[in-house]
Amino acid sequence: MARSFYGVELENALMLGTAQYPSPAILAEAFETSGAAVATVSLRREGGADGSGQDFWRLIQDLKVRVLPNTAGCHTVKEAVTTAQMAREVFETNWIKLEVIGHEDTLQPDVFALVVAAEELTKLGFNVFPYCTEDLTVANRLVNAGCEVLMPWGSPIGSGLGLNNEYGLRTLRAHFPDIPLVVDAGLGVPSHACKAMEMGFDAVLLNTAVAKAGDPVATAAAFALAIEAGRLANEADPMEPRDMAAPSTPVIGKAFL
Amino acid sequence: MVDVTILGAGVCGLAIATEIVARGGSVRLHDPAGGPGAHGCSWWAGGMLAPYCERESAEEPVVRLGAEAADWWDRHAGGVTRNGSLVVALGRDKGELKRFARRTEGFAELNGAEVAALEPDLTDRTAGALYFESEAHLSPRDAVVSLRNGLAAKGVDISTEAPSPSAQNIDCRGLAARDALTDLRGVKGEMLILRCPDVTLTRPVRLLHPRFPLYIVPRGDGVYMLGATMIEASERTRVTARSMMELLNAAYALHPAFGEAEVLEIGVDARPAFPDNLPHIRRREDTIYANGLFRHGYLLAPSVARMTADYLFDGLRPEVMDED
Repeated sequence: MARSFYGVELENALMLGTAQYPSPAILAEAFETSGAAVATVSLRREGGADGSGQDFWRLIQDLKVRVLPNTAGCHTVKEAVTTAQMAREVFETNWIKLEVIGHEDTLQPDVFALVVAAEELTKLGFNVFPYCTEDLTVANRLVNAGCEVLMPWGSPIGSGLGLNNEYGLRTLRAHFPDIPLVVDAGLGVPSHACKAMEMGFDAVLLNTAVAKAGDPVATAAAFALAIEAGRLANEADPMEPRDMAAPSTPVIGKAFL
Repeated sequence: MVDVTILGAGVCGLAIATEIVARGGSVRLHDPAGGPGAHGCSWWAGGMLAPYCERESAEEPVVRLGAEAADWWDRHAGGVTRNGSLVVALGRDKGELKRFARRTEGFAELNGAEVAALEPDLTDRTAGALYFESEAHLSPRDAVVSLRNGLAAKGVDISTEAPSPSAQNIDCRGLAARDALTDLRGVKGEMLILRCPDVTLTRPVRLLHPRFPLYIVPRGDGVYMLGATMIEASERTRVTARSMMELLNAAYALHPAFGEAEVLEIGVDARPAFPDNLPHIRRREDTIYANGLFRHGYLLAPSVARMTADYLFDGLRPEVMDED
């Protein structure tokens, strides 16, 4: 059962960021090899005056995947809303990945400003993908603010630490059975992504783990395989773990010592 | 007979002109802005001849082709300082140093005492470093001015007039050649020049940081170049406060005395780059385009000049030449 992202069913569960690759050519190859369905792109820095970042944006649009612009680098509601409006103009999409940074060092989201910005952007007709923590109360507020997708972090942006609070993430999944959930930020290796998918998440979003790998193209492919493995496993209803061994072959009546 | 008209007197055009003249060809050099200066991105370069370090984010050809650079500059311009380069990381970013070491070669790992022996002002400022002994650096402005003077001494002056049609043309206009090379883009860079007599560094130092990497290149007399941002945008003006804060903050973290430095210059321009961030040579009818040196202008201009000259004099096809 695939959950839809504001009415869109994604062809696969990989969302890839577009920053920090060694070159645009390698970026494009990573998308092609992994089959990522969504490209996130930052406008704030690349904006420039008079659309001087357009060369790069054209490269992103040439990837022929769905574009999810983000508000990376915004620290206030006002900055985030302005950036979202600019993104809508440039990419002609209502999708916006909402980031409001609360702490310069850990890049932790400012969850209070996030809820305010989500509410405002929803009123302006945006489809908001909020980058949040795994906090259930915050998630509830975001859903009440109109978010139909949640993007909790696995761990801080760029840390590569994986899923820091599995319990919290499972709780979100259990509480929001109908909301598409994406693990955004902190994934380092494919097994992290596989785990998120096994837990029933709908997608994962990666950037640094791929872009900063020695071979970004191979890494993107490895993540795509891991995501598919996790998704299949989740759908296949895996066994429950148990504390005792349960021999798969009956032992009664066998000659054994 | 090699007889060419070269458009563009940035580092690429000047290097190609120099190479052709050195091999006995004749050259007419045109640039509407005149000689090298603040109007071109070559003016704002770092001047590190650091092929091994660049491997961290660049592909293999940059290392191999860049290895020619120091000798070429010594031969044609002088002023090359062969003092190696240092790559350092502060406390909690040590992981970045490991990552850098995995991606590169040609270095020795130094402990704190060994770093202090090379650069006493970095005593206790860093836990360790990678030392790329074979690398070099130069002053980019002195280098291009020296090429210009060398050409002038051989009767090749830079004309600001539009060139008359010629049988062999080499287009080295950098980002301005976007009118002909549609896959060329600009990558904006911002930099600072500081005077800081309180700090003595004798070789380029790269400070690794996951978000704000910085390099500092000594220019002599207490003058340092701090660079450089890499922003996917073609604008050639508009220095942002954030970029300056990041560069200065990183320099301050490396050595607090940079906080007292005098800001001499703030520079900005956009580097010409192709999608693979590697240089390309293209032939279209009677024009050869040499472009896309990206952040490797001084490192790769010598090899681009050599390959262009090999092609013109001996018909050897450059490895970076595209089918067109």
